[in-house]
Amino acid sequence: MEHVAIADQVDELHDPDTFITKYVWSQDHKVIAIQYSLTAIFVGLVALVLSGLMRLQLGFPDSFDFIDPGSYLQFVTMHGMIMVIYLLTALFLGGFGNYMIPLMIGARDMVFPYLNMMSFWFYLLSVIILLSSFFAPGGPTGAGWTLYPPQAILQGTPGYDWGIILMLVSLAVFIIAFTMGGLNYVTTVLQARTRGMTLMRMPLTIWGIFTATILGLLAFPALLVSAIMMLLDKLLGTSFFMPAIVSLGESMDYTGGSPVLFQHLFWFFGHPEVYIVALPAFGLVSDVLATHARKNIFGYRMMVWAIVAIGGLSFVVWAHHMYVSGMNPYFGFFFATTTLIIAIPTAIKVYNWVLTLWHGNIHLTVPMLFAIGFIFTFTHGGLTGLFLGNVVIDLPLSDTYFVVAHFHMVMGVSPIMVLFAALYHWYPLITGRMLNVKLGQAHFWFTFLGTYAIYLPMHYLGFLGVPRRYFATGDTSFIPESAQTLNAGITVSALIVGAAQLIFLYNAFYSFRKGEKAGHNPWQATSLEWQTPDVPPRHGNWGEKLPVVYRWAYDYSVPGTKEDFVPQTVPPEEVPMSAGDTVGDNV
Amino acid sequence: MALVIVLVLLVVGSVVFHFVSPWWFTPVASNWSSIDDTIAITFYITGFVFVAVNLFLAYTIYRFRYNPNRRARYEPENKKLEIWLTAITAVGVAVMLAPGLVVWADFVTVPEGADEIEVVGEQWQWSYRFPGEDGVLGKVDARYIGPDNLFGMSPNDEAGLDDILINSNELHLPIDRPVKVNLRSKDVLHDFAVSEFRVKMDLVPGLVSYLWFTPTRTGKFDILCMELCGIAHYAMRGYVVVDEQADFDDWLGQQKTWADIKGMAPGDAVAGKNQYTICASCHGQNGEGNETMNAPRLAGLQTWYVERQLKYYQQGIRGANAGDSFGQQMAPMAGMLADETAIRDVAAYIVGLKATPSKASANGDIKRGAHSYVTCGACHGAEAQGNYALSAPRLAGQSDWYLRRQLENFQLGIRGAHKSDSYGHQMVLMAKTLQDEQAVDDLLAYLNSI
Repeated sequence: MEHVAIADQVDELHDPDTFITKYVWSQDHKVIAIQYSLTAIFVGLVALVLSGLMRLQLGFPDSFDFIDPGSYLQFVTMHGMIMVIYLLTALFLGGFGNYMIPLMIGARDMVFPYLNMMSFWFYLLSVIILLSSFFAPGGPTGAGWTLYPPQAILQGTPGYDWGIILMLVSLAVFIIAFTMGGLNYVTTVLQARTRGMTLMRMPLTIWGIFTATILGLLAFPALLVSAIMMLLDKLLGTSFFMPAIVSLGESMDYTGGSPVLFQHLFWFFGHPEVYIVALPAFGLVSDVLATHARKNIFGYRMMVWAIVAIGGLSFVVWAHHMYVSGMNPYFGFFFATTTLIIAIPTAIKVYNWVLTLWHGNIHLTVPMLFAIGFIFTFTHGGLTGLFLGNVVIDLPLSDTYFVVAHFHMVMGVSPIMVLFAALYHWYPLITGRMLNVKLGQAHFWFTFLGTYAIYLPMHYLGFLGVPRRYFATGDTSFIPESAQTLNAGITVSALIVGAAQLIFLYNAFYSFRKGEKAGHNPWQATSLEWQTPDVPPRHGNWGEKLPVVYRWAYDYSVPGTKEDFVPQTVPPEEVPMSAGDTVGDNV
Repeated sequence: MALVIVLVLLVVGSVVFHFVSPWWFTPVASNWSSIDDTIAITFYITGFVFVAVNLFLAYTIYRFRYNPNRRARYEPENKKLEIWLTAITAVGVAVMLAPGLVVWADFVTVPEGADEIEVVGEQWQWSYRFPGEDGVLGKVDARYIGPDNLFGMSPNDEAGLDDILINSNELHLPIDRPVKVNLRSKDVLHDFAVSEFRVKMDLVPGLVSYLWFTPTRTGKFDILCMELCGIAHYAMRGYVVVDEQADFDDWLGQQKTWADIKGMAPGDAVAGKNQYTICASCHGQNGEGNETMNAPRLAGLQTWYVERQLKYYQQGIRGANAGDSFGQQMAPMAGMLADETAIRDVAAYIVGLKATPSKASANGDIKRGAHSYVTCGACHGAEAQGNYALSAPRLAGQSDWYLRRQLENFQLGIRGAHKSDSYGHQMVLMAKTLQDEQAVDDLLAYLNSI
């Protein structure tokens, strides 16, 4: 007798029947995913505008009277925090994690749908608290996204009162939301895979999201405790991070705390956070590349182990953000070594993506353009990481624009390339309609070339020694006039890239109503999410019967088969075979 | 196909950009050229990988572009190839890492016999301390810091008495002598960074961090704060001047020890009253100022500010600029004060002056002015009362015509542009945040309302 879990029985599905339960107070993972994504994209647009304001000041200093040194720092801080936490983390895990996990592993939903719903509402609450700080007395915090004490909670920093409190509370609420979602993702992957879906048959998307979620569950608590401890320092006058200080001529009552301790806690979270964003991106892009190159991902097992190894190593490299923090300098030996070791599995992933294309049959669709753009930008950003990770090279480069350029390349541009690759790839599944190709191509070219025009030259400002987080450089002996010209050029590129995102928004809205109907499995993909009975998938995903999986997710161009793809649900005996004349690679 | 061409062009363009870019490391001025060598090694290896991977990517896209009559090759793995690639990558990483660690070992090991000095950071200025004849830096503690003890020198440590305290943003160092720089912060995180020396390190309140280097080139170099330290972070500037030994000794000889500073008698207001008679002819009997004489109000100014400005006039740091005709009038007047005692005496007298409030003339929007003042208030105080710890003078009560002129002078670089006026340099940056005359009027209207 075949065992069927209660959650998988059709009569347990409880189809929502009112507008509220269907679209607002919804427990369906797909609706929650869309809620997460739309919220994240909205708040990301706010952060995009903030970056435009920053660039206006840097490109054309002394020209805009609504940007003063304080508001500049507030833009910097909010831009960074929103992009890293409230956009990238939320969109990759809350958005794609929610949408993809049940569909790709053959489940009807997450194992804890109610918790999943609560996760979104807590996330929304955290966003509202965060944005409310723009309207609080003194405005949002301007302490930099790293929120380093003591300055984050002392006079002399914008938003040292309401701004920082709201930021810390918002982070705490976000972490609660993440924990609810994260426990769900991990449990669902471990417990709710359909028959035949072994771990080593899962698409890399799931491996990336799964590993990233585990990282998040282990890393976010460090941020939570540091947020709570800083709140106590601020509100109750404890001294976790606050030593004896004379602030603006006045002796404070703090004593004995350690600002460096905060940095350790922050980066114990902060470095894994990089991979919380990167690993889902690695996974998603792998699946886009394989599908559009009509070829299996190269070295699947190595790719899985690389994801796991990177995830593990990401917990022992955090202090490479702190080489010049004043911590014991002997740490440098250890952290430089671990940091450069992490380059090895990361490099393997890049090789394997390129080798996936080698001997493929490459369709340059819009998702594929973005995926290739990712390989290029990620290679660039990864290689500059070898400069900063090598402790002694970090001495001249840390806190300069080289750092800004590096992390935007590796953690801004390249994950966003993947986000767009994924959005163009899965939009037909989510909405049932195709995105417009011409608009998609235009969007790609502006974004890809524009961001490279921003960040390639920015590294060179860093070599020169131009410091980051400066409202203006004024008259500095080693900074020539030409640096200002370059800054103006970077600003122009940034504004163009920002405006180009409107193309995508227009495309998404237009195609939602008027786009070409996608039909069933438009990219001829093998993975489960494309094999649902309905497009877009309905509540419960699979209709009457759960799918059964017979193969891995990458049976593209298998020799002897009729089609160049074999979906995971096709049993070996039912694979349509060709007559035998066009087998294999005949280039 | 466009993609292939663009990828190749981006690779070629990046390499060309690298070679033609005018933006590159400043010429090194310390022993740390070994850091530059490590960077060069990393550049060769990463540059090669960047070019190789992306050209191969472009070629792959070209060679295996879509062809309806062709099928992709089915090749799940290639163990041998994967192991080779892993091994080669590991070797490349080791070649970059090893020299880096060797140089880092140099960095963490201060050579024996290195001179020790201390750099003190606070919002938003630098000061410095030399150990004096005994070669030992005296003990310090945050709880001793006050208007009379800016460095927080411990009263119980005799080793501190001969410490030389440099309450200025300008540091001098002798060439070719290794120096260990101890770093200390009074308030928040800062970072001591001199581009030409290559090394940098954070200043952390509650602990003493360090770095070391040997200056190898004379000249004047900018010290930038490179760790975000609040609203005026970008204006936290200092200078390090690398001198020949003899010049350095001269300079150091002119600086005061902690014992000198402690032993200085307070200014004598009675003696200062006599000195002030000359000042009174323009600035008024009660220091109320006189607009027709272009003489600002002096009543209410703090002693340390008056003293510094008088010294600046004497040394040509202020009042020497061709555009500053009123300052040029003041310079010879300041020169009539014979010595430092005279300056201290007159300042002590001025601080006791009481004058009627200045006439307000600025016509501006107080609310908008209050908004702009948030930035100013970070140093000058919420009530514009001024703050010794930030070297920020009192603004409240000052005549608005004078403040307007000074803001203009700062904006035009007539005041604050002198290389030795580092506090004024901050104001050059800050005055530029007021974009037009209306913004200045709004600010002044607000100050008048306090």
